[in-house]
Amino acid sequence: MRTSESAAPNNPWPAVRFVVNGEARIVSIPPMKRLLDVLREDLQLTGTKEGCGEGECGSCSVRLSGELVNSCLVPVLQADGAVIQTVEGLALNGKLHPLQEAFLQRGGAQCGICTPGMLMAAAHLLDHCPNPDLAQIREGIAGNLCRCTGFIRIFESVAAATSAQSAGSATTLTTEQSHHAR
Amino acid sequence: MRGNAAIHDLVAPGTLGAVLDLLAAEPGAWTPIAGGTEVMVAFAAGRLTAPKLVSLWGIPDLRAIEVAPQSVVIGAATTFLDLRRHALIAADLPLLAKAAGWIGSIANQGRATLGGNLVNGSPAADSSPALLAYDAEIEFISVRGRRRVPYSEFHTAYKRNCLAPDELLYAIHLPRRFARHNQYLRKVGTRRAMAIAKVALGAIALLENGRIREIRLGAASLAPYPMRLMQTEAALLGRSLTDDTIQSARRALLAEVKPIDDIRSTADYRRRVAANLLDEFLLQLRRVEAVP
Amino acid sequence: MSSPAPTRIVGAAVPRKEGVDKLLGRACYIDDMEREGMWHGATVRSGIPRGLIRSIAFDRSIDWSKFAIVTAADIPGDNCIQLIVADQPCLADGKVNHCEEAILLIAHPDKHKLREAVASVRVEYEPLPPVFSIEESERQDAIVWGTDNLIKTFLLEKGDVDSAWANAAHIVEGEFRTGAQEHLYIENQGVIAEYSKESGVTVWGSLQCPFYVFKALRGVFKLPDDKVRVIQTETGGAFGGKEDYPSTLACHAGLLAMKSGHPVKMVYDRMEDLAVTTKRHPSRVRHRTAVSSEGKLLAIQIDLATDGGAYATLSSTVLSRATLHSTGPYVCPNIRVRASSWATNYVPYGAFRGFGAPQAIFAMERHMDEIAAAIGIDPVELRRRNFLHVGDTNGTEQLMRDPVILDHLLDRALKESDYYAKRTKFARENSSNPVKRGMGLAAFYHGSGFTGSGELYLNSLGGVDVTLKGEVRVLVSNTEFGQGTNTILTQIAAEALGVEYSSVTMAPPDTGVVPNSGPTVASRTSMVVGRIIERACLQLLAMLREGAGLGAKFTHGEFIAACERYRAAHGEVVSLCRYEAPPGIVWDDQRYHGEAYGAYAWAVYVAQVAVDTVAYSTEVEDIWAVQEVGRVLHPVLAAGQVEGGIAQAVGYALYEKVVWENGRMANNQMTNYIMPTAEDVPPIHVFFEEIPFRYGGFGAKGIGELPHDGPAPAILNAIRDATGVAFNAIPLLPEDLYAGLAAAQPADEVAAR
Ligand SMILES: Cc1cc2nc3c(=O)[nH]c(=O)nc-3n(C[C@@H](O)[C@@H](O)[C@H](O)COP(=O)(O)OP(=O)(O)OC[C@H]3O[C@@H](n4cnc5c(N)ncnc54)[C@H](O)[C@@H]3O)c2cc1C
Ligand code: FES
Ligand code: FES
Repeated sequence: MRTSESAAPNNPWPAVRFVVNGEARIVSIPPMKRLLDVLREDLQLTGTKEGCGEGECGSCSVRLSGELVNSCLVPVLQADGAVIQTVEGLALNGKLHPLQEAFLQRGGAQCGICTPGMLMAAAHLLDHCPNPDLAQIREGIAGNLCRCTGFIRIFESVAAATSAQSAGSATTLTTEQSHHAR
Repeated sequence: MRGNAAIHDLVAPGTLGAVLDLLAAEPGAWTPIAGGTEVMVAFAAGRLTAPKLVSLWGIPDLRAIEVAPQSVVIGAATTFLDLRRHALIAADLPLLAKAAGWIGSIANQGRATLGGNLVNGSPAADSSPALLAYDAEIEFISVRGRRRVPYSEFHTAYKRNCLAPDELLYAIHLPRRFARHNQYLRKVGTRRAMAIAKVALGAIALLENGRIREIRLGAASLAPYPMRLMQTEAALLGRSLTDDTIQSARRALLAEVKPIDDIRSTADYRRRVAANLLDEFLLQLRRVEAVP
Repeated sequence: MSSPAPTRIVGAAVPRKEGVDKLLGRACYIDDMEREGMWHGATVRSGIPRGLIRSIAFDRSIDWSKFAIVTAADIPGDNCIQLIVADQPCLADGKVNHCEEAILLIAHPDKHKLREAVASVRVEYEPLPPVFSIEESERQDAIVWGTDNLIKTFLLEKGDVDSAWANAAHIVEGEFRTGAQEHLYIENQGVIAEYSKESGVTVWGSLQCPFYVFKALRGVFKLPDDKVRVIQTETGGAFGGKEDYPSTLACHAGLLAMKSGHPVKMVYDRMEDLAVTTKRHPSRVRHRTAVSSEGKLLAIQIDLATDGGAYATLSSTVLSRATLHSTGPYVCPNIRVRASSWATNYVPYGAFRGFGAPQAIFAMERHMDEIAAAIGIDPVELRRRNFLHVGDTNGTEQLMRDPVILDHLLDRALKESDYYAKRTKFARENSSNPVKRGMGLAAFYHGSGFTGSGELYLNSLGGVDVTLKGEVRVLVSNTEFGQGTNTILTQIAAEALGVEYSSVTMAPPDTGVVPNSGPTVASRTSMVVGRIIERACLQLLAMLREGAGLGAKFTHGEFIAACERYRAAHGEVVSLCRYEAPPGIVWDDQRYHGEAYGAYAWAVYVAQVAVDTVAYSTEVEDIWAVQEVGRVLHPVLAAGQVEGGIAQAVGYALYEKVVWENGRMANNQMTNYIMPTAEDVPPIHVFFEEIPFRYGGFGAKGIGELPHDGPAPAILNAIRDATGVAFNAIPLLPEDLYAGLAAAQPADEVAAR
């Protein structure tokens, strides 16, 4: 595990330590700074999005020591000592997570802005409930608003990922498969 | 985002004693923040005025559910997800478990605390109707000691309560004696999830020989703060569930509630739906009674 | 149905082009971007709906020397956002016409300094009486726009309406209203602008139409074309909401960049975005219809009015589409539609998925059920008796030449939804149940592409090139914001060129790189632009065959080799084509007569609802959507478009209300503007029928707007079926249902259920 420090030398703020996507980090920042802003501005993890800043949309969802949280509502000091996972930490060893694979195949992402939060909510659901039925999927992502898909394909993607996860089939992510649109 | 983190201080002393000392040293200077789901919303909207905040997150004494033979004691910083995951709450206090599942979404329920919901004191708070129906007691703590008040006396005005500046809400006490009661809780929100209650009614009642021996009705969004419907209860207590009783209870409710027009709904609608919810509960009660 | 020609890539569910980037969280949206030395911008806005600006004062508690400040006086070119009518200032100059109108701009390196600074600018006004409804605008007591408050009018006439009333067995009248709707894209509006003397103004942003923004910047900065550049960044939803507003925001950020000498980022937060950006036009539609004793439509008279808001923006074209869709997919010999868009003192209303058609179709399809009830026939049968068929003409007397399969769509919708059996069952069960169920349907068409001669004026140019690295690129200004532009157009190119999908990419959506292939609106991308790309690809193949000896069959390597031979001999490997109108498109803009659209997509939607009479709430239990959309280029994307559109339309019908308080949006927070969540969307059953359209890209017509047309009338028709009460306005909130179902009864009586 690598530790990186983004604290300025004469920074008056307390140091906050946590592990993000497997990497130990220390930041010295105002303790009330939102975890969302720390991820995006101080750690350059811009995959986590802000859609509302008031806990309503779920675009900023990350996992914080095993719970799903809206990072816009967590002051960074309350994440001291936590283990954090963001969308950037979902794919493992160059492989898309089964959820990412299912979203790709089944149209679970359109404009993509809700997608990082949606994936985190779905991943959290599957950890707690490996074989969710439709009602459980609906509840699991009810805090993640998607204005593009009407959710139907997201339900399907999550359901498909459960079967994929049990079958352990995720395709390898190579640069060829990563289509850069522009 | 309209808040500026640099102008607020936040500390996390880590123990209950340390927090209480802080509050005692400068009463009113420190604002507690538990799950932050109210405080951080105010912060983002640029509405947070508190310069100094003290975190209650991660203090074990505040996040515990203790089960005794006669009662359940819930630490103020217990999250709604904790409540939902607790088998005994689901079994003994189903209305509370149900309400816990209504708070926002999973992400909110993992942070939002029962104590924060009560101290915030929204008239629409989802936990309130259940706690009123269950006759909850609230326990406060400070360096001066502890004290308890009935939850029905906790709220004093819109977003006001009887906490002293150096006190924390410590725990919520709930009796375990409702196995034979008929229970009801319904929230009428803006949508099925992530909804603020336009009206909600929680109720428990015990029938004996066809008469109502015990009844408590707790309502949300019908007054400046969550309210026990005392007059309506009085119209029902000791009565049998005839059409006349139901009709007069309905009248009592309509006379007692004081809903408002706001951007979420109208007073008129709230009143009528509240009365309909009462009907629904009383008809449910009557049906149960009819079953031998 | 005729089956489309076999294809390799078109019609297949290939992975979304930019999908992996989005799923890994590395797609770059505007707020994910930074520029060296970047400042942040904010806007001082009008606090009143209408009035004269008397003075602007800067509070002395702030050290203003640290800020860049821009007023209307700093605008080098015209103080006007160029779109259709030159009426909207970039910054208010002397007067304001709606709350939140931009008056002044400020920028600072530290974004946290901006809020206090904005609050420290005091604007004093002399208020003028505002106009807050179509009715007030019609009365013309206060003239708030032009000389008469009328932004636009249309008159559409067919046959002789006036003499039709006398012979009618029934005359049915109705009035229908629709409300404002907010797009609620999850990514708020945002741009970054840079300015320098040498390269002029450059803007990156979340936007739909790079060349609209380009045109606006050119006017505001008075710069030549080569000094204006607009680059679309990954865009997190748009739905029409990023069609015209980004032009204003780009000009604002550009002006601050010019004044400050720094790149300037302006990204709205949700409250600002909701309060200041455009919404769907509210409408009031009055119908008067003559019907024969057999249920044939004899005459339709429609008076259609929209609220345009404070400035013209796109109100005229939205009104046009509303007019053209107002009589539905029916035959009627005598038609008169009078349409007008009225100015008010709200934030200007703008483009939103469907562009006026959902408003008009709501009225027509709701009205059809009332006609059926009035004359005592089955609403399904009434529609069937009046459907357009091949050889008929519609309201503009456009002859239906291409196949029309409405009867088939209707049969399929009835069968899939088990419509009649359910209606019977619900009618039986409802009386003893506090939850009343019902079924409702809507039949409609939606014209694809720009209206009438619009595509000719646009004169779109698009194509493909092959780079030195052997990348095949699609060159268009059409943008991806979730609907699948990147995927569809690269599919079309790959198919037409005979290369693999993975070897085709999109050129960057940068006005410095791509030609103007028109805006990404009006369901025109697949049909119109797709066709241009298809033709450009065929042209490229011909070029390579003639100019570089490419064989009839080739491998990818041979293709690239031919491109290199071509490059060596002739220079760049690029093929561009212009729009070509299908033959026989004749449109008279004056008389509103002729071929209004090159093609129509057709649909029948059915909704099943449950109305709870305890809480007066409606749950949509199921929606069946049966449509004919030409060739389906990508089954997953197409279904996703329909589902997403339906969810938005369910919101339009039952949840989404913009609450106005003295001209300001009072519920400008996500917690108070209620869109359907994952727990609120009904199961949606999507069915496509495919009849390839000869002049669309690989046979495509438009899909994206269609699903916003049908759900609202189908749902309200179902509520009519469930409750027996006609509701003619949306959004239909529980409070409104209560008013219609129960308010008349005394509150203290136990409701009869
Ligand atoms: C998106 C979203 C959806 C929501 N949906 C619902 C809903 O459906 N129903 C509903 O009822 N609520 C809802 N809420 C509000 C709900 O999350 C809060 O009321 C929550 O319960 C407050 O708890 P908290 O720990 O997060 O409070 P905090 O924000 O930490 O604190 C709230 C207030 O309580 C004080 N406080 C907290 N704990 C104590 C204590 N132990 N002693 C003294 N003072 C204390 C704080 O000083 C503050 O004034 C929602 C909130 C969000 C953001
Ligand atoms: S940005 Fe955090 S929930 Fe919307
Ligand atoms: S994909 Fe656009 S908001 Fe969900």
